[in-house]
Amino acid sequence: MKTQWKSSPYLYILPAFLLLFLFRTIPVIMSLIIGFFKWEITGSGEFIGFENYKNMFADPVFWKSITNTLWFVAFVVPASIVFPLFFATLLNQIKRLKSLFRMMYFLPFVTSLVAVSIVWKIIFSEQAGLANSMLGWIGISPQKWLSESTGIFQLIFSTFGVQLPAWMGGPSQALVAIIIMTIWKGLGYNTIIYLAGLQNIPKDYYEAADIDGASKIKQFFRITIPLVSPTTFYVLLMTTIVSFQAFAQIYLMTDKGGPLDTTKLIVYYIYDRGFDALNMGYASAVALFLFIIVLGLTLIQKRLEKHVHY
Amino acid sequence: MNDKLRLGIIYFLLSMFGLFMIIPFIWMISTALMTQSEFNKHDSLFIPKERYHVWETAGEQQRVLFVQAKGDSTVVHVLNEELKIKEEYKTVPSSQVREIVKKPSLSWDNFIKAFNKVPFGIYFANTLYVSFVSLLGVLLTSFLAAYAFARMEFWGKNFFFLLFLSMMMVPEPIYLISSYMMLDKLNWLDTYKALIIPWCVNIFTIFLFRQHFRSLPKELFDAAMIDGASTFGMLWRIILPLSKPIIATASVFSLIGSWNSFMWPLVMTNRPELRVLQVGLSYFNQEASTQTTLLMAASTFSIVPILILFFLAQKQIIASAAKTGMKD
Repeated sequence: MKTQWKSSPYLYILPAFLLLFLFRTIPVIMSLIIGFFKWEITGSGEFIGFENYKNMFADPVFWKSITNTLWFVAFVVPASIVFPLFFATLLNQIKRLKSLFRMMYFLPFVTSLVAVSIVWKIIFSEQAGLANSMLGWIGISPQKWLSESTGIFQLIFSTFGVQLPAWMGGPSQALVAIIIMTIWKGLGYNTIIYLAGLQNIPKDYYEAADIDGASKIKQFFRITIPLVSPTTFYVLLMTTIVSFQAFAQIYLMTDKGGPLDTTKLIVYYIYDRGFDALNMGYASAVALFLFIIVLGLTLIQKRLEKHVHY
Repeated sequence: MNDKLRLGIIYFLLSMFGLFMIIPFIWMISTALMTQSEFNKHDSLFIPKERYHVWETAGEQQRVLFVQAKGDSTVVHVLNEELKIKEEYKTVPSSQVREIVKKPSLSWDNFIKAFNKVPFGIYFANTLYVSFVSLLGVLLTSFLAAYAFARMEFWGKNFFFLLFLSMMMVPEPIYLISSYMMLDKLNWLDTYKALIIPWCVNIFTIFLFRQHFRSLPKELFDAAMIDGASTFGMLWRIILPLSKPIIATASVFSLIGSWNSFMWPLVMTNRPELRVLQVGLSYFNQEASTQTTLLMAASTFSIVPILILFFLAQKQIIASAAKTGMKD
């Protein structure tokens, strides 16, 4: 194809490029720099070197938010892989009602996080919440959910009369409530992604396995899981990145990351320091720290993907 | 295992999972249809039957509030027509007091009350305005850029595409603070510009369009060129009409994305007149935190437009989510 100068390709990408450069590239570069300044609200900053980073590593609330975030990711990510894979496998085996089920599963994903956070806050309310009512049906006493700062492992073990030390307590019950809601929100999307991945596996493999007399369960572990691994890596990568960014559910369902900071995730901590405490330089330093974590994880997972690819 | 039994178990498990996914919505709607006292009483999880007591004397029926039964007599508050207490602690014969159970009581008032309690009308209008203007921007910038990436050869093409891609991969919280400071310098804070212009570009849409342009036959582009059409004229007259379905899909995604966006407008605007729906809803969540049924009503009407859009276009939404892997 002849390239005509009157319609230069650069002209075509210019609008998108300009917007991206102005509102993405520049802010990302700025955020690398702001972290080295003492920058309160607005106005000019004062260069303070690594001071923000020193303060960050010295702040117990920062470490608390890191621990919370790691627990959060450690619960959300595996559940967002195991359940969707399981239900996509089931969904792949039926013909009737398939699109109805798909629609039901996908519904939470398209609805706004703000609205469903409000709904789940009420579901977990102590007095008349749906969660406690349902626990009541199976004979479990009402829980405090979003106002419970005790670790979930501590709570579970204490019902059997075992007192765990606090450091083995795990995420607070409040955080577990947020985790449940977050898993619910993303399940449908991952199920659909897995369903698409499963449909790419040639039927012949299963037919051959049937002839060889392999059980369905064996087929699942020997054929499905290995062949769907590219999808698993995609889901793993996306869910991990998104989990590190959870914010709205904390903002709406908890009282500023409480009780006792046990639901304060890293992005909420950034928001809190930047827009509540109005310490922009400090918040930017924490944001950069998060960026490095997310970037590192992305690179590690990309590297792994090359090795595991079938 | 018996095939029928296996299929039965599969359907059962899928249904249970489906129930888990939609029960919060069912509960949201049914709570929105309860009165606050019905919810607080906690008699029933879903829309309760309407229960009240009447006091019947000589063919006349009066609404009463039941206080307590004492043997043959019952203590009640007698209510007037507006259901306000007319007479307190009246003792009447138990035989004259009857419980009426009607089913079910639907209290649509919550929707009206919630809508009027804070200016949701303005929030809806803001959201519609911001969503549609940025949609126009996204379609325009994506259409042009995708065409260049799909059909043109130029120096640095891969570099630019990768740059676009990596910029869009950076999580929002990373650049939120620096964007805030930049928009502050531009004097854009608390304006529609801050809500619209940075979101007039979307790599997902560029991606979608690029795939589409690549799938169109090359001859189509060449023929138009030979006929002497300018590139832009060709895009407008030939490619655009052929791209309607993909534009529809991209629009639905863009609308869902901007309808639901929260953190950016929360940070970038402060004036109540500029609040978009999600931000308005989050303020309502703080103001009406004890009025559960109003919160549920507001949540319901805030997601209805997206639900309608989803039901209309669910096949395309699910199909392209599966194909391209969109994630907000």
